[in-house]
Amino acid sequence: MQLSEIWFVLIGVLFVGFMFLEGFDFGVGMSTKFLAKNDTEKRVLINTIGPFWDANEVWLITAGGAMFAAFPHWYATLFSGYYLPFVVLLLAFIARGVAFEFRGKVHSERWVKIWDAAIFIGSILPPFLLGVMFTSLIKGLPIDKDMNMYAGFLDIVNVYTIIGGITFVLLTYMHGLMFITLKATGEIRERARKEAQKLYWMSGIALIIFTALTAVYTEAFSEKGWILIPLYVVVFILYGMLSLLLRNKKEGLSFTMTGVMIIIITTSFFIALFPNVMISSTDIAFNMSIYDAASGDYSLRIMTIVAATMIPIVLGYTIWSYYVFRKRVTAKDLEY
Amino acid sequence: MDAVILARIQFASTTLFHFIFVPLSIGLALLIAIMQTMYVIKKDEVYLKMTKFWSIFFLINFAVGVVTGIIQEFQFGMNWSAYSRFVGDIFGAPLAVEALFAFFMESTFIGLWVFGWNRLPTKLHLACIWLVSIGTIASAFWILAANSFMHNPVGFVMQNGRAEMNDIVALLTNPKLWVAFPHTVFGSFATGAFFIIGVSAWNILRKRDIDLFKRSMNVSLILGLVAGLGLAFTGHSQATYLMHAQPMKMAAAEGLWEDSDDPAAWTLVTNIDVENKESTHRVEVPYLLSYLAYGKFEGKVEGMNTLQEKYVLKYGDGNYVPPVKTTFWSFRIMAGTGGVLILLSSLGLFLSYRKKIEQSTKYLKIMVFAIFLPFIGNSFGWIMSEIGRQPWVVNGLMKTADGISPNVSAGQILFSLISFSTIYTLLGITMVFLFIRVIKQGPHEKPKDDISTSDPFETGGVEYAAK
Ligand code: HDD
Ligand code: HEM
Ligand code: HEM
Repeated sequence: MQLSEIWFVLIGVLFVGFMFLEGFDFGVGMSTKFLAKNDTEKRVLINTIGPFWDANEVWLITAGGAMFAAFPHWYATLFSGYYLPFVVLLLAFIARGVAFEFRGKVHSERWVKIWDAAIFIGSILPPFLLGVMFTSLIKGLPIDKDMNMYAGFLDIVNVYTIIGGITFVLLTYMHGLMFITLKATGEIRERARKEAQKLYWMSGIALIIFTALTAVYTEAFSEKGWILIPLYVVVFILYGMLSLLLRNKKEGLSFTMTGVMIIIITTSFFIALFPNVMISSTDIAFNMSIYDAASGDYSLRIMTIVAATMIPIVLGYTIWSYYVFRKRVTAKDLEY
Repeated sequence: MDAVILARIQFASTTLFHFIFVPLSIGLALLIAIMQTMYVIKKDEVYLKMTKFWSIFFLINFAVGVVTGIIQEFQFGMNWSAYSRFVGDIFGAPLAVEALFAFFMESTFIGLWVFGWNRLPTKLHLACIWLVSIGTIASAFWILAANSFMHNPVGFVMQNGRAEMNDIVALLTNPKLWVAFPHTVFGSFATGAFFIIGVSAWNILRKRDIDLFKRSMNVSLILGLVAGLGLAFTGHSQATYLMHAQPMKMAAAEGLWEDSDDPAAWTLVTNIDVENKESTHRVEVPYLLSYLAYGKFEGKVEGMNTLQEKYVLKYGDGNYVPPVKTTFWSFRIMAGTGGVLILLSSLGLFLSYRKKIEQSTKYLKIMVFAIFLPFIGNSFGWIMSEIGRQPWVVNGLMKTADGISPNVSAGQILFSLISFSTIYTLLGITMVFLFIRVIKQGPHEKPKDDISTSDPFETGGVEYAAK
């Protein structure tokens, strides 16, 4: 395996890690609107992700930084090409990030309402936009011979990508609900599980449409069916099992299921892209491959050394922090 | 307006805004770590109260620092894609390392620290805030490593039309980095210190929690003086360094069109006439420029006209003179704040040593306003440094105008510029509002446990949740 391929995998892993971890943050953020009945419940929900959400966001920042360093052309084409979606994504992240900190600082109804809205919008928009971006990425975008992307509105927003966005929203919401069943107690924990059961059919249908449209609109299944078809079969088997697990209140396993589904689906985008990083809808000749987009060998070597030493350390203290906060959150220990 | 101008306004405003919060985070993290260490050693409850009170500001500020930072990371690709392609190889690497090395550390340990008061053993909990502080400083190091490359490109070869890294050691031992990093970090310490000094002064004036605020002030005065002196020394190295690496910036910072005499005098103020390329009504300090530039009292400094001719020969036609007035005045404002910082912190230490702080109401009043000084110094430092570099985005290698994204229209940039400035303005107002509120409330534990009584929205959630 070449270094550039290793970095492609690593960036994939960073995005997958981000979708898995921040996935439940998004879900918890959405649940503050639908699940909580009063302010204390909202605060309990927010506090379940309190110690984690910032570090989870760093996965995305690292993925962006790693793309910049390892695949400058990919970084440049993608971020300038998706200009407006990124503006909206950034606004959502800004609103959400400060809302957690600001919300509890003033005891007034109006104040709390503003930041509740920010948390909700900031939690539902990013998974939607990321879903839209990932799906349009594997569908192909108008990229010219100089690697510049001139995407019109319909290249980015169309039936397929909207379904992709909705699927991501529903999956992360389910994932967040499962996280709540693990981290909260009493009534709200129970309600989270029921909400997931209620949502079960809707997100199942979204998942089916999404898979079908992927087969129609992209080359993913026709070109890489030998690996993608088994993976999606696994997704649907897991989804079937989730129904049983929910009914039997197997919370840990349910969380694992939603997590694994998110991991597989995000991974499938990178599998579909390989060995390209961007697919051109103008002309296949303008597809940008891993090798076209990569940095020089020296850079990649240095970065590999850094990553190999740092990632185990980062994972070590990340896991430790989840261990420290393994207890369920109750109304007695609220920081936010 | 064309895309280049808009993209530049966008970049300048978002980074300047980010850099309002960054130095305060770096400075407060260190001071809070010091306060908590004193608590752990001396077991005096006042230090605990101090730690908790200042951490309210720190956390609010940190949150805004984080969200404004995310934009920074992405906007290179969004607005400056040609630039990103050109330097990604060598400029992206420190950014990626920064994320792995510093951002994960800051964000994880700040979570552990905030939520870990009752869950972690005392010493381990203390270690968390130190790791946050080290993380913020490490993040400054890596981002400045990237930024220093733009001022003084080293450790690369030109290959495939791009600057590719071939020497990481050169990148990390970049002399520009080793003057800019300590200078910026001292600037950040000064920011944190003067913030605490100012807020403490306000409270001492109102005779509230005098013991707590006097102690906060003393710790911060010491750090403030150290930082002020550090700024002056490292600022001097910056100037010496500039002479070699970016003489044009130095000449602009001096308003020097023709070559100087030998020894060169330092200009305090002058009237710069860009059209006629001359500076009149100079007020000069003899020898000082030679000293700043070379560390000795002789040597002449080349003027902008000479340098312009040299650059035309070297790089082809074009205007290589940066906006002179901005560079000139930014430099003076920054260095001016440096002098005032040293003066004020020494005076404060003297008063405190004589146990006269409480009575010196005039001094205390001044210190409330002195909160703004380091912010002014920081902003104008960056303005001088970055605008004095124009027209280059990477010194000698790529012009700013060539760095923008060809596929992004002026309209799109305008849209993002307007949305970011709007949300930033709202954020800024909210921050100030919250800070003032927290200052007025003072260092009293908020009644955390009986939310059920203090919370108007409460409708029995506690009972549910406690089950
Ligand atoms: C001298 C220090 C310094 C400078 C020049 C910059 N930053 Fe910054 N940045 C920090 C020092 C810092 C920090 C102290 O580490 C922050 C501020 C407060 C905080 O939360 O972390 C931060 C936060 C921060 C974050 C969020 C990290 C998180 O989620 O924890 C990102 C992505 C960036 N920055 C990226 C940038 C980029 C791309 C810059 C260049 C244009 C930049 N920063 C300039
Ligand atoms: C946070 C502190 C910083 C501040 C306040 C700051 C300020 C500025 C300002 C005012 C400009 C505009 C110059 C002009 O357009 O005339 C600029 C340009 C630029 N700076 Fe910085 N800068 C900071 C840090 C950095 C860092 C750390 C980097 C890189 C890692 C960087 C990269 C750039 C780039 C790419 C430009 C070119 C775009 C342009 O010319 O507008 N800056 N900066
Ligand atoms: C005491 C006298 C000071 C001197 C002689 C001095 C000197 C300098 C010089 C020459 C530069 C430009 C470096 C470059 O463009 O390459 C610079 C940059 C800067 N200064 Fe100062 N400075 C002083 C005080 C201060 C103070 C008080 C602050 C803030 C509190 C400050 C903050 C900055 C910042 C943030 C930068 C930009 C970052 C960089 O390029 O390193 N400086 N300073």
